[in-house]
Amino acid sequence: MLTVKNLTVAYDDTPVFSDVAVNFNAGKITGIIGPNGAGKSTLIKAMLNLIKAKQGQVQYNGKSMRSVQKSIAYVEQRKDLDLTFPIDVFDVVLTGTYGKLGLFKNPGKNEKLASKKALEQVSLTEFSKRQIGNLSGGQLQRVFVARAIVQEAEIIILDEPFVGIDLQSETAIMQILKQWRDDGKTIIVIHHDLNKVTKYFDDLVILNHGIVDYGPAREVYNPKNIERAFSADLSSVLFAGKAGVQ
Amino acid sequence: MASLIDFFQALGKYDFLQSALLTAIMVGIMSGIIGSFIILRGMSLIGDAISHSVLPGVAVAYMLGINILIGASIFGVLAALLIGFVASKSKIKTDTSIGVVFSAFYALGFILISMAESSTNLHHILFGNILAVSDSDIMTTAVVLGIVILFVVIFYKELLVTSFDATYAQTYGLNVQLIHYSLMLILTLVTVSALQTVGIILVVAMLITPAATAFLWTDKLGVMLVLSAIIGVVSSISGLYFSYSLNWASGPAIVIMAALMFAISFVVSPKQNFFKLRSVAK
Repeated sequence: MLTVKNLTVAYDDTPVFSDVAVNFNAGKITGIIGPNGAGKSTLIKAMLNLIKAKQGQVQYNGKSMRSVQKSIAYVEQRKDLDLTFPIDVFDVVLTGTYGKLGLFKNPGKNEKLASKKALEQVSLTEFSKRQIGNLSGGQLQRVFVARAIVQEAEIIILDEPFVGIDLQSETAIMQILKQWRDDGKTIIVIHHDLNKVTKYFDDLVILNHGIVDYGPAREVYNPKNIERAFSADLSSVLFAGKAGVQ
Repeated sequence: MASLIDFFQALGKYDFLQSALLTAIMVGIMSGIIGSFIILRGMSLIGDAISHSVLPGVAVAYMLGINILIGASIFGVLAALLIGFVASKSKIKTDTSIGVVFSAFYALGFILISMAESSTNLHHILFGNILAVSDSDIMTTAVVLGIVILFVVIFYKELLVTSFDATYAQTYGLNVQLIHYSLMLILTLVTVSALQTVGIILVVAMLITPAATAFLWTDKLGVMLVLSAIIGVVSSISGLYFSYSLNWASGPAIVIMAALMFAISFVVSPKQNFFKLRSVAK
């Protein structure tokens, strides 16, 4: 279990959230939802030590995140990447093996085979020699999921993986997430499309500058919580005709 | 203008020309390789800044009579650290921080050089004087070339992943900062070597132009590194030829050759696809 205890993050003394406490279960796909600027990405980045938290603890099965760093796969939002970089699909996937290889060791036969298999899993074999700028958004996202596959990570964190991608890619990625879940991994997905929340996620964390609620998606995704995190209007639209809790 | 045959005859005759050629080739290779990483990491500006910031180090080394590589390395890395420090500890953006730090270092360098009272040296440092490299210069350059190649071969995968996706590298536990500052140190060494051929002011051109040209031709990092080194070497040799035969300053001659190759690539390279883009635009 991934546990977060009284985590506080602030940019220039303005807290994004304070004293956040939440658990992420192994063998579950956990969604994180919340309005824009609620601190979803910030929470993830603080958990990954990508930004410094003011205070708080993040542990995986009682161990610090730093000590399990190699078991974490992070699929960030694609907008931060240089898509003109001279690298092809296969080599991007291969970078997934770098963490386990450590310094001074280069990817060999096994690593290349694993990358090839991962590309098969996301149905991108025919694109393996293509420069990454020449892919559609969905294909690119599948490349990064393939990279997470070869990492053989225990914890997989995806930041808005379904934004601007085709339905086919979305389904393919969802299938892999479910595979990972059945393997007992901890999967965390930042998500914005409220319609699919209960379809996609086992657990749900609702965030708005702090935890609004968290738990099994079917229980937590209710009009009251959505009203508290977003707005009464949105809540009434989403739950119109669905008499309260589903 | 001396013909190519004259040039090769002179090459056989004069030691200084052989030394110049050897140095030019080595500098072309190392700046092409390191320059590729500089442009891919979006650090062209910092490459320029560091090349200028080594000036006080060169002056101090000259005054104390120590190897200029040592003096320059200290100031180059100091500048890199200071740029990072100012940008991360304030709301000032990195490009502004670069502007403040490098101009201060550069100014300090001028003052120190004038204190060392060697105006002829200053001219050589600023514009390069490849026809005056000494045997010890060649040795130093060879050592730097060795370090550059070793560094890139050993840390190729770390350089690749931090250049392409630093956030990802950080999440799996790679010390991204260490790679960054190691690259800065190597960059400083390359800068000092390139001082001899093109001078401080034009070092940035040797780092960026061959790499940018290579980038236009390939989608593979490994190929880009080799191609960039070759382009660096070709511009160095052809620049040296024009420098010798037309009595041009070596630095500008080499840089113009590199720029010419870039210009040609810009028009004809398949990746850039200048003509196709134009016709689509119409």
